[in-house]
Amino acid sequence: MIWETVRLAVKAIFRNALRSFLTVLGIVIGVAAVIAMVTVGQGSSKQVTADVESLGANVLMIRPGRRAMGPGSSSAQARPFDLKDVDHIIEAVPEVETAAPLGGRSLTAVYGNENYATQVQGTDNRYFHATDWPVVMGRPFTASEERSGRPVCILGETVRTELFGYSDPVGETIRLGTLSCDVVGVLEAKGASSFGTDQDDVVMMPMRAFQRRIAGNTNVATIFVSVRDGASTDDAKLEIEYLLRDMRRIGPEEEDDFNVMDMKQLASMLTGINDVLTGLLSAVAAVSLLVGGIGIMNIMLVSVTERTREIGIRLAVGAQARQVLMQFLVEAVVLSLLGGVLGIALGLALAAVGANMLSVPFTPDPLVVLMAFGFSAVVGVVFGFFPARRAARLDPIEALRHQ
Amino acid sequence: MTADAMPPLIRFTDVARVYGTGEAEVRALDGVSFDIMPGEFVAIMGPSGSGKSTAMNVIGCLDRPTAGHYFFNGVDVAGLSRDQRALLRRHYLGFVFQGFNLLPRTTALENVELPLIYKGLPARERIAMAREVLALVGLEGREHHDPSALSGGQQQRVAIARALAGAPEVVLADEPTGNLDTRTSLEIMDLLVRLRRERDLTIVMVTHEEDMARYADRLIWMVDGKVARDEPMPEGPLHAAPRHQEAGA
Repeated sequence: MIWETVRLAVKAIFRNALRSFLTVLGIVIGVAAVIAMVTVGQGSSKQVTADVESLGANVLMIRPGRRAMGPGSSSAQARPFDLKDVDHIIEAVPEVETAAPLGGRSLTAVYGNENYATQVQGTDNRYFHATDWPVVMGRPFTASEERSGRPVCILGETVRTELFGYSDPVGETIRLGTLSCDVVGVLEAKGASSFGTDQDDVVMMPMRAFQRRIAGNTNVATIFVSVRDGASTDDAKLEIEYLLRDMRRIGPEEEDDFNVMDMKQLASMLTGINDVLTGLLSAVAAVSLLVGGIGIMNIMLVSVTERTREIGIRLAVGAQARQVLMQFLVEAVVLSLLGGVLGIALGLALAAVGANMLSVPFTPDPLVVLMAFGFSAVVGVVFGFFPARRAARLDPIEALRHQ
Repeated sequence: MTADAMPPLIRFTDVARVYGTGEAEVRALDGVSFDIMPGEFVAIMGPSGSGKSTAMNVIGCLDRPTAGHYFFNGVDVAGLSRDQRALLRRHYLGFVFQGFNLLPRTTALENVELPLIYKGLPARERIAMAREVLALVGLEGREHHDPSALSGGQQQRVAIARALAGAPEVVLADEPTGNLDTRTSLEIMDLLVRLRRERDLTIVMVTHEEDMARYADRLIWMVDGKVARDEPMPEGPLHAAPRHQEAGA
């Protein structure tokens, strides 16, 4: 009997195929949005974790300011680092394999008629080494370039393409803001980071040149540290904190005016942001499910009115109220499940495309799919019940007389 | 008479059906009593508003009397719930309507299957039975036609097949020829008479057409919610009834 009812429902739905499709569109969009958000969000979280792991669990980032984010994160009041601090950390902490300074500014790079807004980053060869990022055309900085502050630069792959197209940039001169700068090399393409930012959208300069010609000070915004293989990152972190407190003469009662962040913290911070965003977007998408449910209720009410005579006939040939109720309830559930299935398919397709665009892994979660399916069924039952009950309560005589 | 030994299939004792209250009170049925024995073919006639449709609805268990008793096969219908009355319709009654009342965009076969679905028969059996009754009403080969592709007479045949599919004891026909031309009407009446004979059916038919009423063997004439005449089908003109002329004036 239930199979009969489902068959009947499917028939009724396809009898009005266009209307049924438009009715379930709300559910389709809602389910698709939730599935796409959650799937891409999960992929992105996985990517962040993987990225951070690939950077090595042995990486530390040191910045001035008490905390990495939130109140107190501003480095304005905190004393900045300088290049001596970098050398000092390498010398004084045996666990440290190498350390590199980092500092950046957004500038427009110009070559000929081409110009392109990018990030100019001051650092040195130690950074390429620590991040395992080789220079594939030209060469890294020379020791004298790093020392003298001569304006030379190494381009990220994106900047190279934007400014030079297919021609060889090595030996050419580009302008960064007002500064003329010789291109000595090009970095290997790295692709997008876990947040979709293009890691190749960068111009690298020796730190001294960056400080003197662009920043106009001797500050180092971030110290990038890589810890020796086999050494404990936590030990290294403690030692660096101890060393920096000493160097910066921070009293025993005072808080650190800098923070040393390891990749576990970074990863949890990044995935935390990711999860909040995914949650918010999914909540917005869920509203569309609610709206979709109301759409189903609306069309089921219309359908009950339109089919009043049919209901009368069914009652006359011996259908019980319960059977009429089931017929319309099943129809609403089948309708919204249909929307759910379409939504799941569309959502997974969107997620696959989105994951590809953001270069994060496409990892559909069966649990999420199952939940979306179940939720569609619930929407059908909840919003189908009222119209179905109305159908079941019709008076057969009135119903048969209905035009 | 042997009929006296049999219990009546349908017994109305002082049945009233009242709509509204106070000033707006309408007594559609006002103390109606009659017995219908198994196998009878009864025509209910009367001017519009005389209560013949209401009587039909009560017999069909679509409506309940406000007062009095309606015994179907000895069971007082007034005491039955909505769902119990649905079961009664499912197993004992078949309806034929003036407007056919077939499900649109649903084949003749599926229309005839409808009561069998509610009887809980498996699909194979349903289809076989539906085909059989469709053949019985002369629609072999039209099983997969939509009602819209059938003539009025054919549609009414489908409706009769549907009424018969559930193997009912009583067929209730409410103006079954009201929407049909004379020639088709006569065909439908011939069909009903033949089916009654072949299947030992009891038929109760509401009509205002004398020619159709003559197919029945008993006439109940209603006026103002009361039975004005209840007699074997007379030979003479039916409209000569004096009470009817009073009501019509």
